[in-house]
Amino acid sequence: MQVMTNASDFVEETTADGVTALRFSGDLSIASIGNVPERLSEYPGGIQQLNLADVGYIDTVGAWLIHRTARNMGAEIVGGDDEATRLIAAVSSVDPAADVRPDPPNPVLRVLNEIGEATTLAFTTLAGLVGFFGSIMLALFNLLRHPGQIRWNAVIQRFDVVGVRALGIVGLMSFLIGLVIAQQGAVQLRQFGAEVFTVNLVGRLTLRELGVLMTAIMVAGRSGSAFAAQIGTMRLTEEIDAMRTIGVSPVEALVLPRFLAAIIMLPLLGFYASVVAIIGGGLLSWVELDIPPATFFSRIREVVPITDVYVGLAKAPVFGAIIAICGCYQGMQVKGSAEDVGRRTTAAVVQAIFLVIVLDAFFAVFFTWIGWS
Amino acid sequence: MIGETPLAYDPQFEGPIICVKGLRNSFGDFVVHEDLDLDVRKGEILGVVGGSGTGKSVLMRSIIGLQKPDEGDVKVFGESLLGRSDAETVEIRKRWGVLFQGGALFSTLTVAENVMVPIREFYPKMDREFRREVAKYKVCLSGLPPDAAPKYPSELSGGMKKRAGIARALALDPELLFLDEPTAGLDPIGAAAFDSLTRELQQTLGLTVFLITHDLDTLHAICDRVAVLADRKVIAVGTIDELLAMDHPWIQEYFNGPRGRMAAPKQG
Ligand SMILES: Nc1ncnc2c1ncn2[C@@H]1O[C@H](COP(=O)(O)OP(=O)(O)OP(=O)(O)O)[C@@H](O)[C@H]1O
Ligand SMILES: [Mg+2]
Repeated sequence: MQVMTNASDFVEETTADGVTALRFSGDLSIASIGNVPERLSEYPGGIQQLNLADVGYIDTVGAWLIHRTARNMGAEIVGGDDEATRLIAAVSSVDPAADVRPDPPNPVLRVLNEIGEATTLAFTTLAGLVGFFGSIMLALFNLLRHPGQIRWNAVIQRFDVVGVRALGIVGLMSFLIGLVIAQQGAVQLRQFGAEVFTVNLVGRLTLRELGVLMTAIMVAGRSGSAFAAQIGTMRLTEEIDAMRTIGVSPVEALVLPRFLAAIIMLPLLGFYASVVAIIGGGLLSWVELDIPPATFFSRIREVVPITDVYVGLAKAPVFGAIIAICGCYQGMQVKGSAEDVGRRTTAAVVQAIFLVIVLDAFFAVFFTWIGWS
Repeated sequence: MIGETPLAYDPQFEGPIICVKGLRNSFGDFVVHEDLDLDVRKGEILGVVGGSGTGKSVLMRSIIGLQKPDEGDVKVFGESLLGRSDAETVEIRKRWGVLFQGGALFSTLTVAENVMVPIREFYPKMDREFRREVAKYKVCLSGLPPDAAPKYPSELSGGMKKRAGIARALALDPELLFLDEPTAGLDPIGAAAFDSLTRELQQTLGLTVFLITHDLDTLHAICDRVAVLADRKVIAVGTIDELLAMDHPWIQEYFNGPRGRMAAPKQG
């Protein structure tokens, strides 16, 4: 492949005065060195001299190879020109590093270690999230006492990114979900001749549960990950440290706007999602079940209790808070490398979705218990 | 792909190693370079100076093909690189090493592994054990302590990152070296050691160096010629003495300001 360079090679020879020597030829450079290093390291001992008289061009890789071979074989180097001698002297003055990676630990220990670390991580994350929530609350009270310091610009910008720009995708998703619920409901309920109850199914399910839940999952994927990646990258570039030294609290400047945007936008998005899902369900009912839209919507008003709307709207800010806390907390934990940003972003989304679903279950039990069923 | 064979190159090529003609670069309405010409001769260390924001880094990026110029032509080793695919330019890219202003180390790899990346990319057949050895001694050659090799970039100081970047730029024993402010952030002893390392490599390997710097000591110590960037052009190229003979206000200010005079070698 290397057309222009002379491949390097060596042969064993015995000189006139009975010295066993390796005679090198060709260019000793990174491009032409080929398998010479392998052959040399497998070469049996008994060599007293390395002869460079026939070598053309030599670079530091070649110089290193000669130096190393001479050292390992206890041979002397002869016949090099000025350049080769200088290069070999230059490379032999550095003593090479110990290793290319830190030593890997024993595998058994590593597995035990990972189990232990995962366990402590689960607890420290939980404690960390609670502590982080506390510091957000502190910052919030602080701001309420000095309302002039609220960064409205940042907050409004987050409203736009978290809320307004999510309208399209959340709307599309909800519309399709509304269609699917209505379609499946119609198919199943028709077996009992009760297809008219499709309206109840669509109305109650979306307003009470699915509208907000699906929105929360979408926002966790869209904005929770963005929070973690943005704040994490700022940590890598030392922006957060710079803020602290200037006296700007990162929690006030970065976390609070995102937190506020999430708890305000999620109820709005959730309600919007429910309405769009109902429209989707209504459309399907019209086509499939011949229920005209006017009838569909008046039925919705009859069968959906207003408490369903309250249930949805009560859950949404809590879900928003969880998404913002997980995203920002994981972002603030980033250290070291770009890989950590990726890991933390994943953790932010997974934790947020997990906690949202767990809490949703608690809410279901709670609201039934207080009689809002 | 057909027609994507690597450009063969001519090792005996004696013309200018880098030849920039009529270069124009802009970001939106903001013109960084206009009608810029520059030649870098074989075997020289060319210092590139200019005020902050005059486009030194952008010039380097357009020579190595990271920034597509609006107009003009860039030839490296006599081959025009504009409009060529990566596969075609591989033989040329093998022959240069680049140190970026910010270091640009791969943060998920250790220092030694960073050095191994270009070796593995361009010479995948090299013996694995030997590759590790080369990486390890390159790390030390750049002036890092031996225990820095297995560390991750986030565990290094600013100056150590710079040296690790230099080690990676030198990984392939390049014929042409691009250095963007190599001594910024190094202590004076380290900077002087870097100067002599560059000089040593240039003399023994016949290296050509494109060296962007604000370090007047480096300019005086090792640069054969200096190119001055101002007003979107290279306004002058020459030895420091030749530049001093011109009466451009910026050049005079630069070399004869308080710092410039201190760095100048004492006249005997
Ligand atoms: N990606 C970019 N987008 C827009 N403008 C840019 C971009 N990169 C550079 N510039 C502009 O081009 C100009 C030249 O930048 P460059 O980084 O080359 O400066 P420099 O001469 O290397 O300065 P320094 O000595 O500070 O490193 C600057 O004014 C900068 O604002
Ligand atoms: Mg620059």
